[in-house]
Amino acid sequence: MNGKHKFTHPYIPNSVPDVKSQMLADIGIEDIAELYEDIPDRLRFKGKLNLPDPILSESELKRHIHHILSKNLTCASHISFLGGGCWQHYVPAICDEINQRAEFLTAYAGEPYEDHGRFQALFEYQSLMAELLDMDVVNVPTYDWCQAAATAIRMAERITGREEVLCADTLSPERLSAIRNYCHPVMRVEYVKHVPGTGLMDMADLKAKISGKTAAVYFENPSFFGFLESQGDDISSLAHANGALSLVGVDPISLGVCEPPSHYGADIVCGDIQPLGMHMSYGSGQAGFIATRDEARYVMEYPSRLFGITGTSEQGEWGFGDVAYERTSFAEREHGKEFVGTHTALWGITAAVYLSLLGPSGIQELGKTILQKCQYGQQKLAEIERIKVPRFNGAHFKEFVVDFSATGLSVSEINTALRQKGIFGGKDLTQDFPDLDACALYCVTEIHTKEDIDRLVSAFDEIVGTKKEKGHTK
Amino acid sequence: MNTKPQKDRTYPRNFHQAKWDEPVIFELHREGERGLLVPQAEGAIVNQVGDGTSCLPEKMRRKKPPALPEVSQMRVLKHFLRLSQQCLGADINVDIGQGTCTMKYSPKIHEVLARMPEVTALHPFQDEDTVQGALEIVHKLDCFLREISGMDQFSFQAGGGSAAILAMASVIQAYHEARGEAAKRDEIITTIFSHPSDAAAAAVKGYRIVTLYPNEDGYPEVDALKKAVSERTAGLLITNPEDTGIFNPDIDTFTRIVHEAGGLCGYDQANANGILGMTRARDADFDLCFFNLHKTFSSPHGCGGPAVGALGVTERLKSYLPVPIVEFKDDKYVLNFDLPQSIGKIRGFLGNFSVVLRAYAWVVSLGAEGLKEAARVAVLNNNYVLKKIRELRGASAPYAEGKHRIEQVRYSWEELAEETGVTTEDVICRMADFGFHLWTSHHPFVVPEPFTIEPTESYSKDELDEYLAGLAQIVEEAHTNPDKVKNAPYRSVVHKIDPSTLDDPETWAITWRSYLKKKAKKK
Repeated sequence: MNGKHKFTHPYIPNSVPDVKSQMLADIGIEDIAELYEDIPDRLRFKGKLNLPDPILSESELKRHIHHILSKNLTCASHISFLGGGCWQHYVPAICDEINQRAEFLTAYAGEPYEDHGRFQALFEYQSLMAELLDMDVVNVPTYDWCQAAATAIRMAERITGREEVLCADTLSPERLSAIRNYCHPVMRVEYVKHVPGTGLMDMADLKAKISGKTAAVYFENPSFFGFLESQGDDISSLAHANGALSLVGVDPISLGVCEPPSHYGADIVCGDIQPLGMHMSYGSGQAGFIATRDEARYVMEYPSRLFGITGTSEQGEWGFGDVAYERTSFAEREHGKEFVGTHTALWGITAAVYLSLLGPSGIQELGKTILQKCQYGQQKLAEIERIKVPRFNGAHFKEFVVDFSATGLSVSEINTALRQKGIFGGKDLTQDFPDLDACALYCVTEIHTKEDIDRLVSAFDEIVGTKKEKGHTK
Repeated sequence: MNTKPQKDRTYPRNFHQAKWDEPVIFELHREGERGLLVPQAEGAIVNQVGDGTSCLPEKMRRKKPPALPEVSQMRVLKHFLRLSQQCLGADINVDIGQGTCTMKYSPKIHEVLARMPEVTALHPFQDEDTVQGALEIVHKLDCFLREISGMDQFSFQAGGGSAAILAMASVIQAYHEARGEAAKRDEIITTIFSHPSDAAAAAVKGYRIVTLYPNEDGYPEVDALKKAVSERTAGLLITNPEDTGIFNPDIDTFTRIVHEAGGLCGYDQANANGILGMTRARDADFDLCFFNLHKTFSSPHGCGGPAVGALGVTERLKSYLPVPIVEFKDDKYVLNFDLPQSIGKIRGFLGNFSVVLRAYAWVVSLGAEGLKEAARVAVLNNNYVLKKIRELRGASAPYAEGKHRIEQVRYSWEELAEETGVTTEDVICRMADFGFHLWTSHHPFVVPEPFTIEPTESYSKDELDEYLAGLAQIVEEAHTNPDKVKNAPYRSVVHKIDPSTLDDPETWAITWRSYLKKKAKKK
């Protein structure tokens, strides 16, 4: 290396001067600069990049970064009730064991020969998700739920030849924003109102808005606010009667106890697999899935890789490969379906490990535990004066909206007070939903103990008021 | 004792990949086995709320449990460990055969850092005050990349290069909308040796794609661009160096022509590894650019993600970026959602923070000189390999005859195929027998019988020689015993794959259940 550091960087072996000289001689040149002959002088950067002096030893690098990261407060040191698209679930040790494996961690785009294991693991991911969803086709995962929903909608556009999508107005603002950008200007995004008390889709509004121009109706289960949309079959029927598709976003971890959307008429199902074995990592664990029936008119509209199982020249040996590769932008550029590239394959493999570990009993029991703890949280919070829980009536899974409007305090004030007690309160909904002033989205999963929930309850008690007298509580 | 004869040259090693003949996970199902026990609600909770499921409306309650396999814990572990052994990551392979993808070393210390609870246990909706460390990393990497590119602001939201291209096309569209010109400006110009997503992701936004082909020497032509631009031009999305490893010396003329036509210029810097610190997006007058943090900036490829396409823009386009961006104000890192012309979200939350962290660690481990040294050595390695491959009978490096290349080369086995019948696909299969991966090219195959090699800075000369020895042996075999190559692989995990089922809806099987159904139907 040049300058004051007279050594070879551990990441750059051929920096060793003798090796460099030998390679230059082999090429037949004297200086590496000659290799840049095509970059004209006017385009050369002649300054020095204003970057900090390098931290050369691994030991100091670790200390440096740990120092910065230690400024974070975490959901490990605090009790967190944050959800809203990224959720704190337990991550089994084997999930991390497998996704740390150098073979998977540093592989990329090898052939089905030397990367047979990657193909098989992702095929198994597709297959395990297919059982959870009770559908026959699942893609190699895309970026996240935002992308999965947006692509499901664009698939519907191509399948139906129609350019309008009707979305429930209870979607996550982030997802809606991504959908809008992804559809613009090719499709129109319209909203279907919800019934104020329950949050359920307003069927009269849906009937009024759906037409022969509608490509699809998109809703989620559980909704962003945690309640279950129990009219799935009616929504799907209405969509189908109008020649539109029924698209449903779903939290896969609910499917041990909740019906999969394919049972209430969904044609394309999507969602995020982050709950299935991925750490939150500030939003780095997201990965989107898309599922359909095994019909060519659906399969041929996927932009994603789809790995299929086949045989080899050796009797009884499994082989894997890309199904209908010609659909993709890798094969057809702008004439392919949307685009494909680097997405979230490692999380697909991790979710395969997770689902293999849980099995049918594990996923059922987990769903049940989440339901119980979530109900317990709602009931205990409902005992507190001036707090309304849940804001929307009906069954909830994992999340629910807490309404603080009667307390006279803002969510921000409440969350600040909670933090002093070692608690991260729910996601503030005030900004994004004008109807939900002083409301927050709370998340309870299997990782919360009774004690955690009780601590939240007593914290609220202290912050916002007193317990309702017995008899007032429902 | 080592009894091998003294080597007078490098030979490919006597390799055999792990072959476990591992069943599909569903075949491991044994009723009653459990892989993991999950927490049960405490007694007091059960007493209060009951079984939990009774609150579900009848039609929302799952009637039949999902048919997941039941497998004990150690068997699940063993299964996936065996699958991992049947996969050649860059840590194991001399992974120079995946051109355009920059399969460089992903330092292990980064994994230690990315897996600390100060990262893994962060929720993206935590209050700013509680994530100052994370925001500091994001902001500082933003500043580093501004320096490296000359741009004024970066967003790390895009979950990959293609998503960053979508974001560039979205910003370009929003810019023209703000000027009332979006309707007439409906074309994006790109080149055939730019990534397919430069065309495909722009088409998602409704753009018509105009694709330029290079001249005989492999250079994109100014005259071709002049003919392509018009009042319909919304923008240019282009790589440089292109996937051939050829740097377009007229790139600033390209941007000038597009600007004069009223378009914006987006730089796909997927191929930046050879030019870090050498030439910058700003110097060529680009309005937008993106880097792949999972390629150039060392984050591991993860079998295909998670990843980040780091999108940079000049000041006048800052307000179009996806929200939020991270800023440093009044001694504090803050999330700024207030970008009036923002395209909205490209992905949820702030993107893949753990990838951003690794890229930050990589830049601070190298510093300015180290980055340039990485680039220089990547280019040295590439031209060394180029020299050696040009000496192989039947191999060629089309275009730019006699010139050097930047960080990669798209080669051709056309002559080898003509002389011996051995194609690139055959060579790829045989390379697997030596523990190597080789890749062709994106489609269409403009270069016949293509293969693309990008050595990066990470591999030693000995390793490059070993890889080259694999190619040399295959060339020799192609001439003496072509069937040996054509029937490969022999020492990889599996043998010649039967692709015939994969394109037919009657036979393709994308899931195990689908496979079983179709098999039953056949009987």
